[in-house]
Amino acid sequence: MATITATPPRTLPGALKHPAARKLLLLALAAAILVPLANARWTSGTWPTALTIDLTQPLTNVSDWIIDNRDSHPLFLYFFGHISNAVVLSVRAVYLTLLTIGWTGVTALGALVAWRVAGVKLALGTAAAFLACGLLGMWVPTMQTLALMVVAVLASVVVGALLGLAAGLSDRMDRALRPVLDTMQVLPAFAYLLPVVLVFGIGVPAAVLATVVYAAPPMARLTALGLRGADKGVLEAVESLGATARQRLLTARVPLARKELLLGLNQTIMMALSMAVIASVIGAGGLGDRVYQALASVDVGAALAAGIPIVLLAVVLDRVTAAAGNGGTEHPRAGWPYALAAALAVAVAGRLLGRTDWPGSWTLNIAEPVNRAVDWMTAHLYSGVPVVGGTADWAGHFTTWVLDPVRDGLQWLPWWSVLLVVAALAWLIGTWRTALTAVLAMAAIGVLGVWEPALDTLSQVLAAVAVTLVLGFATGIAAARSDRFERLLRPVLDVFQTMPQFVYLIPVVALFGVGRAPAVAAAVVYALPAVVRITAQGLRQVDPAAMESARSLGATSGQQLRQVQLPLARPALLLALNQGVVLVLAVVIIGGLVGAGALGYDVVFGLAQGDLATGLVAGAAIVCLGLMLDRVTQPTGRRAKKGA
Amino acid sequence: MRRKRMMTAGALALLVLTTGCGAADMTQQASPFANAQGAKTVTLSVQSWVGAQANVAVAQYLLEHELGYRVDTVQVDEVPAWDALSQGRVDAILEDWGHPEQEQRYVDDKKTITRGGDLGVTGHIGWYVPTYFAEQHPDVTNWKNLNKYADRFRTPESGGKGQLMDGSPSYVTNDKALVKNLKLDYQVVFAGSEAAQITQIKQFAKEKKPFLTYWYSPQWLFKKVPMTEVKLPAYQEGCDADPAKVACAYPHTPLQKYLNTDFAEQGGKAAAFLRKFQWTTEDQNEVSLMIAEQKLSPEEAAKKWVDSHRTTWKAWLS
Repeated sequence: MATITATPPRTLPGALKHPAARKLLLLALAAAILVPLANARWTSGTWPTALTIDLTQPLTNVSDWIIDNRDSHPLFLYFFGHISNAVVLSVRAVYLTLLTIGWTGVTALGALVAWRVAGVKLALGTAAAFLACGLLGMWVPTMQTLALMVVAVLASVVVGALLGLAAGLSDRMDRALRPVLDTMQVLPAFAYLLPVVLVFGIGVPAAVLATVVYAAPPMARLTALGLRGADKGVLEAVESLGATARQRLLTARVPLARKELLLGLNQTIMMALSMAVIASVIGAGGLGDRVYQALASVDVGAALAAGIPIVLLAVVLDRVTAAAGNGGTEHPRAGWPYALAAALAVAVAGRLLGRTDWPGSWTLNIAEPVNRAVDWMTAHLYSGVPVVGGTADWAGHFTTWVLDPVRDGLQWLPWWSVLLVVAALAWLIGTWRTALTAVLAMAAIGVLGVWEPALDTLSQVLAAVAVTLVLGFATGIAAARSDRFERLLRPVLDVFQTMPQFVYLIPVVALFGVGRAPAVAAAVVYALPAVVRITAQGLRQVDPAAMESARSLGATSGQQLRQVQLPLARPALLLALNQGVVLVLAVVIIGGLVGAGALGYDVVFGLAQGDLATGLVAGAAIVCLGLMLDRVTQPTGRRAKKGA
Repeated sequence: MRRKRMMTAGALALLVLTTGCGAADMTQQASPFANAQGAKTVTLSVQSWVGAQANVAVAQYLLEHELGYRVDTVQVDEVPAWDALSQGRVDAILEDWGHPEQEQRYVDDKKTITRGGDLGVTGHIGWYVPTYFAEQHPDVTNWKNLNKYADRFRTPESGGKGQLMDGSPSYVTNDKALVKNLKLDYQVVFAGSEAAQITQIKQFAKEKKPFLTYWYSPQWLFKKVPMTEVKLPAYQEGCDADPAKVACAYPHTPLQKYLNTDFAEQGGKAAAFLRKFQWTTEDQNEVSLMIAEQKLSPEEAAKKWVDSHRTTWKAWLS
């Protein structure tokens, strides 16, 4: 997966000292005045009840109103109804088309498009991926997911591109949209589901819309970035030729932003695919539903059989769109008609042979061997391993020695001191604006009345991030220093990054038992690839001249790493931290499904019971928590980019 | 340029034509994957537990092989499934454990859902300890003695108290109130999903560790991990009326089937079949066990059962 590559400008560590001290001093001063005041009024360790708002009643009323009026109120009949209809119709159209051209046609079409866009190697890969989906007995679910994805991605791209166009052309729009997009980028997918379900009900329309909301922001963000980054010289030249504003846009700015647009497409596809699985909770059908159903009978093998096609689709789509973004100009356009004609011929041939459905006998049952392997693993690792103890013991120790103290510590801290710590961290690393956002987000959690569970979730996030960073930095450094190791690592990272999180929830329970420990473990597995990748990339991009001079001064390889590479790669490491935190939060929430409790459980509960009050409040709290964590770890760079 | 504009206009016109300019009631809308390639389709809701999968597997097998329908299944939690059923996204729920609030709203008030009769299986929720532990300590099966054993049930997640493990948030549970009102030294730990709960129970059982869990019958896991129920204060009609003050056991519930009203009226043979569908706890367990333990696909399990119980299901088709 192409990661978000915002490269913040280098900040000189030396110059930071003075402002940092000043900021802390100012904050201490503010605290000295405000804390006694707050403390005198509301003396309590946790968030004072006087400052909370109970939303249960109004939210229950809203929920009842929607259910009672969903089939009669004009808002639903003339607005949401049409949206829902349009989604159903288009998904159905794509699905029927895919079924009509049959498996031979789909495979041929996929391969030939890949060939035109990205070359022979990827074409073979694409064909192999499609055949593998069929071989696993997942052809029809794969087509359902593909149909849903096509519609969701197209809608996301249109919405995203329009928003991006607005933000790219108008400064005012940009200022208005940027915070919204920034926020949406850090929201865990789980938090979106409930409101969408309430309006649209369980089913495909809800799933598609949740996916669009989740997947459109990167497209918007990158479109705006591309339009703003267009070469001024070229624009001036075009203007001097007397082009109208529209011509300028279509002939100069959009083509110049091609790379960003395709990167946006790539990101959108990846986000949509990861959402396709989570959306199975609200009836998306297809592969995600298979994963979800398999998990209900604790069948890891079957879950994997449905998970692998998702990974394959993701890897293929990622590589093809990435290749389209990087080059593609060396291929002449003339190939397209041939490619399409060939695909059509194969599809017709397949149809004539009566082979539109994947033949039932051509399937491979991987579920059984996988289950046996998982059983063996859990049977031998769970407990009683000599010397190191079993995984259950580790989980127990981790819970008692790390998670419990961190949670109890956080919940013991007076509420104002939590706000102060947040403010201090966010201000030191960012600007007073980020600090203010972070503090307000944290305060909103208190106002919503979920202070305690939010701190519980926070403690899990902190523990998981710590583990992720230790492992991620170590692996990243190793990958940056050895080409061979990095090549070996790449497919592993790809798989773990795209594998639906649901698939490894059950093995994780089998290894670590029910509780917070398995949630942390799953979060580490999910966040690790991104951290490793960004770390390795950052270290590799360190100026070769600096490395050379260090070497010529006789620095050992350890010294080079510590004194040259790591300090110079500091922005990349901060970005890795930021991404790690956001990804960990997303999975810790899903951990509600394996006993992690706290906010994640509340969201799951809200979805399962159709309880808007519990679910939405928890969802909003997660949003705030995500916002706070993002701002606290956000390097100043992303802001500074504004001028560029 | 002009051609482009015409094309947009055409696309818009098409959109308007297909969606219609009038009202669009999205509560009467089928899944886009339904009825593909001209088949008659029935959509069944599968809840997350395996017993429900067994019902659906057999119903699906018979609908497909004996009546020539295509069956789509959707996995939805219980309460949202009621919602989906009333909207016609799902045609039938085959196993419902009792949702008085939804029954009132959809069956009695809005009449979008019709009762489909008994499933034939009686459900019961309770607290269970593994039989190997109950045999060593027979007095643990009375709730009055639970506090004595609290430290045996302790885990890292339950803090200093004993652990009472609950499952999926979608299941009916009064356990938090029960623990409080019966003054038990226990902490309710929510596994968050049935899969997680089963996995944990199996791991405990493998090591013969004691545990206390919320569980329900009929459930195939009893065959794999024998468990004994802990007696709670007896259930009386209405003793669970106030969720905060519950201090009694869970009732025995005859499980119900529900059909979407339109489907019940116009569903033809499929609707008639689903109304008549009725089997015993043993039948259901047999199929569940094949799915969950022998890892047969639901379809294979259903086929096995159908092949050996011809007389039972012939009655449903007449």
